[in-house]
Formats: sequence, structure tokens, C-alpha cells
Amino acid sequence: MIKLLNVRKGFNLGRPSEFMAVSGVTLALEANRVTVLKGPSGSGKTTLLSLIGCMARPTAGRITLLRSQLGGGGPLKSGEAAEIEVTSLPERFLTGIRSRTFGFIFQQLNLIKGISVLENVLLPAYPLGEKHGVVRARAEALLDTFGLGDRTSARVEWLSGGEAQRVAMARALMNDPPVIIADEPTAHLDSKLSVEFMDIISRLKDEGRTAIIASHDPLVYGAGMVDRVIAVRDGMIEGDET
Amino acid sequence: MASWIEKQRSIMDFTVSSLLRRKGKNIALLLVYALVVFLLGSALFFTQAMKREAALILQDAPEMVVQRLQGGRYDPIPVAYAEKISNIRGVISAGPRLWGYYFDSHVGANYTIMVPPANPPSRGRIIIGNGIARSRSVARRHIMSLRGYDGLIRNYTVAGTIPSASELVSADLVLIAEADYRELFQFPAALATDIAVAVRNQRELPTIAHKVVAMLPDTRPIIREEMVRTYNAVFDWRGGMVMVLLIAALAAFVIFAWDKASGLSAEEKREIGILKAIGWETSDIITIKTYEGLFVSFFSFSGGLLAAYLHVFFGSAFLFAPALKGWSTLYPDFRITPFVDPYQVAILFCLTVVPYTVATIVPSWRAAIVDPDAVMRS
Amino acid sequence: MILHPGIIALLLVSFLVTGMILYSSFFGVRIIKRWDLQSGSEEQLALERRTYLISTLLSYALLFQIGSLVLYVYTADSLHSLFTGAMCAAGTLNVDPYGYPALLLKILNFILAGLWLIINYADNQAYDYPLIRKKYTLLIIIAPLIATESIVQLLYFLQMKADVITSCCGSLFSPYREGMSAALVSIIPFQTAMTESLAQTLKTAPSTSALILSCCEGVFTGEALALIMTIVTALPVQTAMAGFYLTLAMTFVSGLLYLLRGKAGLIFSFASGLFFLVACISVLSFISLYFYELPTHRCPFCLLQKEYGYVGYPLYASLLTGVVSGLGVGVLRPFAGVASLSGSLPLIRKRLTLLCLISYFLFAGIVIYRMVSTDFTLGVL
Repeated sequence: MIKLLNVRKGFNLGRPSEFMAVSGVTLALEANRVTVLKGPSGSGKTTLLSLIGCMARPTAGRITLLRSQLGGGGPLKSGEAAEIEVTSLPERFLTGIRSRTFGFIFQQLNLIKGISVLENVLLPAYPLGEKHGVVRARAEALLDTFGLGDRTSARVEWLSGGEAQRVAMARALMNDPPVIIADEPTAHLDSKLSVEFMDIISRLKDEGRTAIIASHDPLVYGAGMVDRVIAVRDGMIEGDET
Repeated sequence: MASWIEKQRSIMDFTVSSLLRRKGKNIALLLVYALVVFLLGSALFFTQAMKREAALILQDAPEMVVQRLQGGRYDPIPVAYAEKISNIRGVISAGPRLWGYYFDSHVGANYTIMVPPANPPSRGRIIIGNGIARSRSVARRHIMSLRGYDGLIRNYTVAGTIPSASELVSADLVLIAEADYRELFQFPAALATDIAVAVRNQRELPTIAHKVVAMLPDTRPIIREEMVRTYNAVFDWRGGMVMVLLIAALAAFVIFAWDKASGLSAEEKREIGILKAIGWETSDIITIKTYEGLFVSFFSFSGGLLAAYLHVFFGSAFLFAPALKGWSTLYPDFRITPFVDPYQVAILFCLTVVPYTVATIVPSWRAAIVDPDAVMRS
Repeated sequence: MILHPGIIALLLVSFLVTGMILYSSFFGVRIIKRWDLQSGSEEQLALERRTYLISTLLSYALLFQIGSLVLYVYTADSLHSLFTGAMCAAGTLNVDPYGYPALLLKILNFILAGLWLIINYADNQAYDYPLIRKKYTLLIIIAPLIATESIVQLLYFLQMKADVITSCCGSLFSPYREGMSAALVSIIPFQTAMTESLAQTLKTAPSTSALILSCCEGVFTGEALALIMTIVTALPVQTAMAGFYLTLAMTFVSGLLYLLRGKAGLIFSFASGLFFLVACISVLSFISLYFYELPTHRCPFCLLQKEYGYVGYPLYASLLTGVVSGLGVGVLRPFAGVASLSGSLPLIRKRLTLLCLISYFLFAGIVIYRMVSTDFTLGVL
């Protein structure tokens, strides 16, 4: 459903500190699969993730998405071509696609301090302008499924590592995205929580979603439900096993 | 449309909560902002109210006053001229006026001594303004002495004080009988200070003024409207001067606002990065910043406006009065009639909220254009 | 210069708006030269980010421009007491040749800024910024107009000299003061001055070309406006009313045609612009008379005062909204063929049409209600 064609991404081009994070990646990812990008830090897998997740524009190359796989509503949902090229979409369109299609879980979790768990989970829904009551109910239901139903008004600073992880997952699922993207999700978790995390991923796969995870943790890329492991090094694909 | 409203509501909610989370930083800005509004507002309200006050007072002034000039200098006018002027067609009445300045060495102040056109006090008695009553510590039935131009000291009984309805003019006023006046100042019987003229038709004033000059070439007529205009211009000018001086304060505030808007804390930068990463667009972040500016401006503007109102109309503008009123050593303690209209509020708004908003546009934008993937890369 | 606080405020706002637009057009030049949506280079990304800033700046500029327009009229009104013969804003604006041109430029710039924002909105609905170059070309055209407006406004205030006593020896009527007769003449009220200049024009009976020439010359002086005013006041009321209703009908018919059938869009746009001009003339010609209930009081600014219930605000607001939205429909017409806009453009144009019709309906409604409900009659209604 997501195709990358000879994609390159560079930073600080034209300056002495220039470097290419991703240099010439061609990739096709299928729907309803769990794909892991494996590689050491600095290999460019985070940049690759952000390119796949429509968070960044490639310096060169093309990225296309299958129109039928896009999240509900939003711009560009209706149209003739089966594939949409997102390479040169203006930011508002890209963001529109991204917020409905992709749910992100960051390595640092990146929850906003000073506001409650519920408010954190609600945030991705605000730009979409749905009725507040509807959105709130959905958020509370999500937190319930993650066992955090009684912690909705707790400050995020008071949560344990595992709880915070689950809040981040709930937030990622807020807009019901078909694709989950996770960057080093188990970096701050112990083994038990890591296994729990992969169980959740399995559950999501059963629901029909796609998962793309970047990790160098064997617990992740060696897990049973993983369909495909792509090895990344120095911004290029080294290996591709199914 | 409904979804746009819902979206704005949510963003506004978030903005309020984020403002409240950073109270410390925003309170400083609020106070400085309100102070600037207060300073400019005080200057504005004061001068506008004074203009109105002067206009109200001048309403009672004679429509035209004829003065005599001697070698370009102001000289007493022969009483006989009044008869000649009253014969001009269109003039209802032309009466001589007697008034002058008296320098009181005791307090170092100038009094205006005047023979009122109606109900003058009887001989030996005077009516004084509140300012004089205060500075010389005299009240009804006391004796006040004045030194005449012949060197003799004369005693007058204070018959009463002038009610303080418009202290602007009456604070240093002394009302006296005609004979006493002529005696005090050794003023010849055939002369008067000037001649007050009343006319039938306002529109004919310029024509009549021309006729006066033609008939009596050593005089100059002054029309009330001219005086009103001149006072207006003077107050406007004074107010404008103060404002221009306050431009320096305004500029400093604008730079401060720019700095505050640009200097996002690491925490704020992180928050914006997270918002962009989870699906907020640049324009949404700019919306947050716009609402922030709106709330800050609203509270600061209202607060400063209220403070300026209280300062000018209840505190008699104690901070500014010397610079803006100053012509007499006696400062009348009077209440300025509250007078604020939407036009003044609009001017104040343009001078404060608009520069503040413009100063924050570019910093807000800079904060909003953070790349969504920046938070992943860090 | 008169240091009136209103003048200081206006100069400050104009200065800021000019700065914002010049700053934006500077980037506009860069965008026109280097824009390439297909490239993912950092320069392109920076340009895209810059467009957000320019949109924000232009939105604020429009807002401030409308505020500046109202403030300008109010300041002129509040200054009238400083000039002999000036009864209200209309008189003050006549005090030197830059008063009315500044006002007209303000109105023009407001309309242009509004049109720019409409094009900007349409451009943002498409996924490939189809109108980007045209948009910024328009901005570069607007920039010198804004600068001109600020300069003309500044000149207006600089040239102003209050008729006040400036010398302790002089007064307006003593022989020592110059321009005595000029001062006398300036006492003639607004209306009569117009009849005076008409008499002048008729006496000298210029040829058409001389008239046009003097109009061009006088475009930056009050003479052309005095000429327009005399034509307006000389116009028989019936003709003006007929013109008013005719253009109103034309606008509504073509607007409804466009809304329901999608035809006559350009005609509608043209009609809306025409109606704006006709409405302005009508305000001067007969509408103001009905509000003031005086056959000679034609001042368009007194309607904004409290005495008349601030009716000027809804009148002029609806007129300005109408003309911007109506002209917007026409301005977007050339882009109907653009593929990426094919989905959104018709809807935008229809919405603008609706807004225009509602605004003009409001305007006409207020006017007609007044004409019908008042006892005052010009012998027509």
C-alpha cells in the first residue's frame, strides 16, 4: 500500500554539515502486515519511518499511497487514480492524510506534560473538528481497552513507564488510523512490558491494521507476528527477509 | 462550517490551558502591556476631556471680543468704542469689560481680577475662587488685603467663594466691584480692558469683525470659534506631544513583546513539535499563537483602559497633569468630567494592540514552522 | 503637522501595514522566481513555509486596513472644528488636495487585499498550488498602491494647517493676516462649494478633451472629485434611482442564474462591481437625503454618526463585503479549467455569490426600508 521509489532524504544540503540520511531506498509495503526496520542507530531508519509516515518530504524520489487504504474522510479521499503520490503535496494535504492514516508512537513517547491523560489522547483529534462529545467518548473507550479507564484525569508525570506507553498507544489510535508507526517502542521498557507491547501490536494486526516498527531490539524483530524484517544501514536497505 | 467552529473551540481550549500552565512568563507581559495602555490611555483621555471642558467653558464666552492694540501690544480700549460698535448692523450689544491680572507676592501666584457683567459685589467686598481660598487660607467674612498700583494696601471682605463647577478657569478668579477695580489698578474711567460683543446672526460674525476693523483700525476682534479652535489645537498638540514622547515607551514595549514571542522555552518548543508530529498543521499552531495574543491583548487592554479611566477621572491624572495643564502655579483641584467615546478607545487600540500584534506575527510563525519530524529526530 | 492622537494612530497603522505588505512582496518576488513544487529541496520547503507567513500578514493587513478606513473618516470628522467652514469629515477632507485621494486609495486597497485573500484561499484548496505565481504577482501590484496610500495620507496630514490664532497680534480678520479672503471663502459650506465649482465649469464651458485632461490632472487633487460631486448633485433624482434599481436587479438576476444554473458568472461579477459604483453615487445622490431628511445634506460620512443610529456601518460594511465577494467570483473565473481546482472552485464561487447577494440584499433592504418608511419625500416615492 505504500511505495517508495528511489527515495533520498538529505539535511543541510549545500553546507559543510551536509549528510544524506536516506540514500536511494525503493520499497513496497503491504497492508495488514507487521514490518520491522532493523538497524543500528544512525542507520536512517527513523528518517525512513518519517518518510513512510508522510511526516517529511523526500529530497528526491517518489512516494505513493493506495487511495483505498487511506483513513476515512479528509482531502483526496475521493478521486480517480488508485494511487496518490504524496511526494509534492502541500503541508496541509500531507498532514490531512497523515493524521487520518498514520498513528505514531515515538521513542520518547512525547506526551505533553501538565495536562491530563485524557487531554493528551484527545489532541490528535482536535484539528479534524469533530464534535467534542463524540471524540471524548471515543478517547475514553480507547483508554478503557488499555486498562487506563480510571486514570483519565491523572497527570502524565505521575504515570509509570508502562502506563505512559499505553497512553501513547491510545493517542496513536485516536483517529482510528489503518497504519501504526512506532520508533524504538521498547527502548525504555523492560522485557515483560516489551512482550506486552508486541501483544498489542498483534491485536492491532488482527483488527486489520498495518504496523511498521523501527527497532534494533531482538524481542521486536524476532517476535512471532512479524511478517517482514528489513535491515537498514547507512540510509540504504541491506537485507529483506520475510 | 460546523467542523471549523468545533476546531476553533478545541484550539482555543488548548490555548487557554497552555497559557495557564505558563502563568509566570505571561504575567510579566500582561503587566507591561497594561502599563503601556495605561500611559497612552491616560494622556489621551486627559487631553480629550480637557478639550471638551474648554469647549464647555468657552460656550459662555462672548461671541466676539474686541481688543485694542498699541504698537502691536495690547492696550486698554476706550469705553466710547463700545457705543460705536453697538451701532454696527447685526450687533445686539457691545459692553466694556474690566478684568486684569494681579500678582500676589505672598504666594507667588497670579490672580485674575474681574468685574462681573451681572451682580457685582458691593464696594469693599470680593468673591474669590477656591484656589485662592486655599492658598491664602481665607474664607467667608475674612479680610483679604491687596496692594494697589498706588502702593496702598486695601482690605476687602470676602463675601463668598465661586462654586467649583468649572475650576479650570475660576480657581484663581477674584470678582470685584467696578469702582474698587478702577481704584486698585488706577484704571482711568474712560477706559476698559476689552469690549464684549453679542451678535444676532452667527454667520455674520466675520462681516461684523471686518466692519469693526474698518471703523476702528487700532483694534483686533477675536471670535469665540477662533478661541475654541486654538484651544483644541493646543490640547491636541499637547496630548500629541506626550504621546510622541511615549512612543519611546511603546517602542520598548514592542521590542519586549517581540522578544517574549521569540523566546520560546525548550518546553514550549517541545510541545509545538509534539503537536505537529501528531497531526497539527502550521496554520493550527499559528492559530494557537493568534488566540494567545488575543487573550493577552484583551486582558491587558481592558486592564490598562480601566486604570487609565480611574487615573484620569478619579485621580485627576496626577501623573500627567503638570505636563499637560501648566500655565498657572495654582493647580485647581477639580474633577474632570468623565468623557470617553469609542473613537478614543479605537485610537488607543491602534496605538497599542496593533503594534503588539504585528510584533508577534513573525515570531509566532517561526515557532509554528517546526518540522513535524523534528521531534522524532531529537 | 497637527499632532492629533488620531493622526498619530493612523500614521502608525499605515506604516505597519505598508511594512507588512512590502515585506511580503519581497518574498513574493523570490517565490515567483524559485517556486518548484516538485522539488523536495530545502529551499522549496522554506518557500512553502514562508507562504504561511505571508497569508497571516495579508489577513492582518486586511483587518487593519478596514480599521484604518473607519478611523480615517472619524479622525477627519473630529478635526473639523479646526478649520473654518468645515462642518464634518467631508469638509476636513477638502482642506488639502490629498484628503479624498487617500480615502479612495484606502477603499481600493481594501478591495484588492480582499480579492487577494480570496485567491489565496482558492489556491490553498488545491493540492498543487496552481495559482501561486499569479497570486504573488497580484501582491507585487498591490504593494506600490499601499505605499502610495500611506504617502498620500501622510501628505494630507502634513499639509493640513489649522485655522487658529498663531500670532498674538493677528487674528483671522485683522489686516495682518494673509489670505483673509481665502478664509472667508472657506466658510462656504460643503454643498455650496459644489454649486460654485459647477458654475465655474459651466462658465468656462471647456471642451470634452479639456475636461478629461483636467480630470486626469485633478485626479490627485480635489478638483476631479468636486467635478464628480457636481455631476452627482446635478443628476435628477429619478435617473439616479432608476440606475440604482436597474443595476440591483441586474446583479440579483445574474447572481441567481449563476447560483442555480451555473451560468452568467462573469456577468454577475461585472454587475456586482457596477452596483458598488452606482450605490456609492446613489448614497451621494439621494440615499443620504432620505436618512438626513434634508434636501441638501449629501455628506456620506455623517451616516456613521450616533445621530443617525450608526446606520452607515451596516450600509458600508454590506456594500464592501458585497463588492469584494462579487468581484471575487469574476476574478476566480480564469482558473475554472485548472484540474486541481475543479472540485473546489465552483463551490467557492457559488458561496461568494451567495455572500454577495446577501450583502447587497441587506444594503438594499436598509435603504428601501428607509425610503418607504420616512415621511420625507423627494417627490418620487
